[in-house]
This record gives sequence, C-alpha cells and structure tokens, in this order.
Amino acid sequence: MPILWLFLIVSGIAIAGYYLGLARVMRSAGGDRRHMHSLPSYYGGNVAIKAAVPALLLMLVWLLVQPMIVNNSVSALIPDSAIADASSRGLVLSEVRRAADGMDRALAQGTMDASMANDPQADPDDVTSRLQDAGAIVTSQITQPVLNAAQSYRMQNQRGNQFMSGVVIVLALLGALWGLRGAQADFRARNVVESAVKMLLIGAASIAILTTLGIVLSLVFNTIEFFRLYPASDFFFGTNWAPSFSGRGGSSDLGVLPLLWGTFYISLVALAVAIPIGLFAAVYLSEYASNSVRSVAKPLLEVLAGIPTIVYGLFALLTVGPLLVSVFGRDGLGIMQAGTAVITAGLVMGVMLIPFVSSLSDDIINAVPQAMRDGSYGLGATKSETIRQVILPAALPGIVGAILLAASRAIGETMIVVLGAGAAARLSLNPFDAMTTVTAKIVSQLTGDADFASPEALVAFALGMTLFVITLALNVFALYIVRKYREQYD
Amino acid sequence: MKDNHIAENEVATKNIKIAARDVQVYYGDTHAIKDVNVEIEDKTVTAFIGPSGCGKSTFLRCINRMNDTIDVCRVVGDILIDGEDIYDRKVDPVQLRAKVGMVFQKPNPFPKSIYDNVAYGPRIHGLARNKAELDDIVERALRRGAIWNEVKDRLDAPGTGLSGGQQQRLCIARAVATEPEVLLMDEPCSALDPIATAQVEELIDELRQNYSVVIVTHSMQQAARVSQKTAFFHLGNLVEFGETDKIFTAPEDPRTESYITGRIG
Repeated sequence: MPILWLFLIVSGIAIAGYYLGLARVMRSAGGDRRHMHSLPSYYGGNVAIKAAVPALLLMLVWLLVQPMIVNNSVSALIPDSAIADASSRGLVLSEVRRAADGMDRALAQGTMDASMANDPQADPDDVTSRLQDAGAIVTSQITQPVLNAAQSYRMQNQRGNQFMSGVVIVLALLGALWGLRGAQADFRARNVVESAVKMLLIGAASIAILTTLGIVLSLVFNTIEFFRLYPASDFFFGTNWAPSFSGRGGSSDLGVLPLLWGTFYISLVALAVAIPIGLFAAVYLSEYASNSVRSVAKPLLEVLAGIPTIVYGLFALLTVGPLLVSVFGRDGLGIMQAGTAVITAGLVMGVMLIPFVSSLSDDIINAVPQAMRDGSYGLGATKSETIRQVILPAALPGIVGAILLAASRAIGETMIVVLGAGAAARLSLNPFDAMTTVTAKIVSQLTGDADFASPEALVAFALGMTLFVITLALNVFALYIVRKYREQYD
Repeated sequence: MKDNHIAENEVATKNIKIAARDVQVYYGDTHAIKDVNVEIEDKTVTAFIGPSGCGKSTFLRCINRMNDTIDVCRVVGDILIDGEDIYDRKVDPVQLRAKVGMVFQKPNPFPKSIYDNVAYGPRIHGLARNKAELDDIVERALRRGAIWNEVKDRLDAPGTGLSGGQQQRLCIARAVATEPEVLLMDEPCSALDPIATAQVEELIDELRQNYSVVIVTHSMQQAARVSQKTAFFHLGNLVEFGETDKIFTAPEDPRTESYITGRIG
C-alpha cells in the first residue's frame, strides 16, 4: 500500500476520532459545554492526537529501519564471487535495487508478469531485455545472483510494507479508542493538548540541534579519515597548496595556510569596507534621519542583504574587477595583473556586509535608552558628542557582536571569492594579487571527478572542519563580549 | 494669580532668574501648555505640582529647550533667563543647556566610570585646563552632590553599579559639575526609596545656596518640605503660584484646594 494512502487513512481515523470525541464528550456532559473541564474542541483534539501521533511516528521509524534490515539480508545473498574486480558490494547492491525498481516498472507496464518477477529460475538475459524494454536503467547484463537478490529484495519490501500498513492502522485505531475513553466531561483534555503542543515545540527545536550535530559528526569522521591519509602537521603548517588530480595521490601539497591567509585577507578588506560604512549608516538612520527618511532608507539598505551572493560575484567579475584594472592595471598604475584579486572580492564582499552591520547596529543603537540621550543633551552636549561619547560606548558590545557576525559571514562566503578573487592559492601581502579562500577550495576539491577516498577530496572535509571551528570560535567570542560588556539598563 | 499680592511683593524684592510670558506649548495638535506666566526667583527652590499630564514636566523642559529634541513639539511665547530670551535665534540650545542643568526622573548615569560621568560635562565644555583641575571639578561636584564620601575610593567603578539613590545623587553631581545657574529636576525622587529621597531632599536644600532650583514633584509633602515657592498646574494652565506655605494652607483657587486635599488628581 503506498505511503500516501496509509497517511490518508491515519488522517481519516484522526479526523473521525475528533468528531466522535466531540460527540461523546457532549453526551457525557449532558449537552451542556459548561459542565466540561475543557472546551469541546480540546476533547476532539485529544482523540485526534492520540490516534495520529503514535501511528505516524511508528510509520516514520519503520520507513527508516526497514531499508536497513532488507539491505543487510539481501547483501548476505550476494556471494563474494559475484562482486567483480574494481567494484564493491555497495555498487552491486545498488545494481540490485535498480533491478528491483525495474521489475516494479515492468510489472506496471505489463512487459513482465508477476510469476516471472518472482520466479527464481527465470532467465537473467530475458529479464534484462524486458527491463530495458520497460525503460528501466540497468547498466549491464543482470547476473543470476543479482536477479535472485533483486527478487528477494522485492519480496521482503512488499511483505514489510504490508505488515507496516496493518500495524500502523491498528495502532491508529487503538490510539483513537484510548483517546475516546478520555472523552468524559471531567477529563482534563486541555492540559493534554497543551503538553502535546509543548512536545511539538521541543521536537522542532531538537531537530535543528540534531541536524547541527549530524553535520559536525559527518565532518569529524571524514576529517579523521583525511588525517589518516595525510599528515596533520603538513596540513596545518604547510605553506603550499598544490593538489594533484592525477589519481596517483601522494604528490599533492595540501597546506592550509595559503587558504587561511586568503580567507583572512579578503575578510579583512571586506570588514574594512563594511564596518565604517555600515556603522555610519546605522548612526545616521537611528539618530539623524527623520522618520520618513528612515522608513524608506532602512528597507532599501536591507535590499542589499537580499541579493544572492552569486549576483555579487558577477558584479565583482564584470564590473568592479575591470574598473579596478583600468585604474591599477597596465593602462593605469600597473600594479594589478588581472581583474580577479583580493581587493576586488574584498570590496564587493564589503558591500554585501554593509546591511548586516548597519541593520544590527541600528537596532542596537535604538535600544540605548532615551534617558541616556536626554542626560547627555541635558548637560549641553551636541548630537555628535552624545553619539560618540555616550551612545556608541553604550551600544558597543552589541556593535561588536554585529561586526563579528559579519566577520563570520565574510569567512564563510564562497561565490564572491570564486568569481572575484581568482583561484590561485598564494601567500602574498599584495591586495592586487589573485588569492583564494578555504570555501572556494572546498568547492573545487569536491566538484568534478574526484574519488572520495583520496586525500585530495577528503581534504575538503578537513577544510570545512577548520572553517567551522574558526567561525564557531568567533561566534562564541562574540557572545562572550556581548555578555560581558552588556549594560543592564532599567 | 493676579490677586496674590503677598507673593508679588515678595517677588519684587528678590532677583528674578526665569520669567515666562504667555508660554504656549503644542504637541502636534495638542495644546499642552496654555498661557503660562511665571517668575522664578534666584536662589530659591520652586516646586511645580499638579496631576499627571497637567504639563508641569513639559513646562520644565521648555526652560532648557529639551523639547527641541521632540520633533512635533512647538513652543510659543517668551522665556527669559536673566532677561535674555532663550528662544531667540541667537541662542544656541546646546550652550543654554550647559547653563541650565537638568536631573531626570529616573537616574540615568552613563555607562562609564563614576569619574567620567561627572567629568563628562566639564570635558565637552572645556572647563578644565589640565587633569588636576578636572580632578578638582569632579571632587567639588561629587561633594556638592553629597556622594563624595561614598564613592571617593572607587571613582573608576561604573556609575551604573551604584544603588538607585547614589545614582541619582551622581546625576545631580554630574549636573552641577558644569556650573549651571539653574537646576531643573523632573521628579528626581520618584524612583527612590524614602531614605534616598531624604538624602536628595537635603541636597536640594543645600543646592539652594548657589542655584535657582525648579523641581517637579508628585509628592505634595516633598513640595512642602523642600520648596519656598509652589506653582500648581492643572490641564495645561498655571492655576496658582505663590509662597509654598500659603499654597498649602490657604490656597486661593478652589482647584488648588481640591488637589492638595486629594479631591482631584
């Protein structure tokens, strides 16, 4: 039974349970809702929750667990002899899955009948041709072990799905009955619904946290794998980045320092652009601008934050780069070789960061109590004296937080660097040189024909981990600063 | 008010510091202050009393042009300090506020050290030639704010770390550090407990030696304790102005009597 149907049936039971619950509690209260503990809809909701939630949870778990079990048992069916050289068990298993999917499709189109699909003695060549007729993607001739494994795979999945449907529906019905038993006037249905809402919110929060954990773990394991293939000291202290993609391996230099330097340098240029402009814009918007100007200018500034970074990258490549070359290039000062350079990417990234700095700082400056301003004006200070000496110091922790947040963004930025800064990893102080960053190299190491077991590809995870640790440290530091120096008003 | 002969005689003998003539204040379309005429003497504590929203704070904020910072606020009429119209084009409101100090309802020390809080005004107005002079000014101000003994050992501690009463006295010290001629106080004790209130009231009485003090208060007892003159505002009008004793014992206007006996307000 397709999952959608099952889902609809469970939903149907839940909805029916809702109305049955309503009717039952009404009867129990003698038709007067004032005799109930909760509003009638809470009783209905109680039934619906008890019917739907356990059943759907079971379905979810089942759908996650069943493929694992089936894969294991099918994998046991494939003898080692059936695995060709330069292949792996995983590849054969995916061949099995493709064959099984193909059979489903052939059955649906009528090019194969059910007896043949289940017949362990069927001719593999015949099956292959029929599958190909049905448009299934089968890479090569299906061998006897693959055919048998595919048949077993189908059988087990079919049985599992049927069994799951039965269990889930029974569980939904039991849940509904359990809920209906509670549809009595003195049952505290409102509290039950309340705790269900709480569980929902906890669930949402934990999914976010668990995902972060999952991302970190996937990075960690691949990073460990990388360091088994490539010495960590060479990675962290190597000053040369020259991966080889010849496939032989061992001849690559994978030093992270040039990439970190590029990241750091480009971020520095970006922040040098974004911090003053963003901060001044924030001060103007929050202290000087009239309400009408502010209501127009602030959203306009925030539009900058909505521009996709690839568009900024195009801007860097097609506009800013050539512009800088015309001034600093061969026809001008002669110190810039090409349009792609640290300064190009840094300037454009700085523009991208302006709304981060300005918008957050603006909110923070606005949060400084009016009493501070009054106190300063009352002592005969001018507006700019007030801002310089009272408001900015009071807002400083928040502003530092905003700047560090912008720095995290700058360090993690990819597209502007790929298009604006070039691809050469080098340690140089000249901002008119092309350089590259950690993120841009992660992209280039993982795109293309990389073998995922080679250090050249796995280095991407080590780079990602390095970046993750750096931005995490920055964020923690930002939080620390904000907490430590935050002024408690009131 | 015109009938208040005793008060007028008194005024005539003393030095008039602040004179308001036909002052009107509008917040947008709201007419917040109507035809206020008042003459405030030098070296006197003048209390403004009245129910909430009667315009006493608004009028107080006119005296140092703090209302300029509110966009929709418009002031009509003349306010003279020492005979000079403070709403004249020639007058720089920033300079004026150095001369007319203000203490606010809630203690609002800056998030700086105690020393820097007091030195703030003298620094921006360039009152000290060197560090030693500035130290002097700060110490004098803190002494005058009756808080020197409590903070002299921790001038580098943040001003926001003091207790509410200390914070308010710090704010008063901060205000007197710029050597103002007039000190405006907008309900300076409303956020304080009775002990801190008593300290601040004592301080106000001492400040009278040097300044003309105008205090807005909701507490009639406080007005009676600290002020020599009292003005009663009601619905934007100055209802009655005169000797504090007289206002509280024999008010002329029935509205004043109703207010001080607790029937309106």
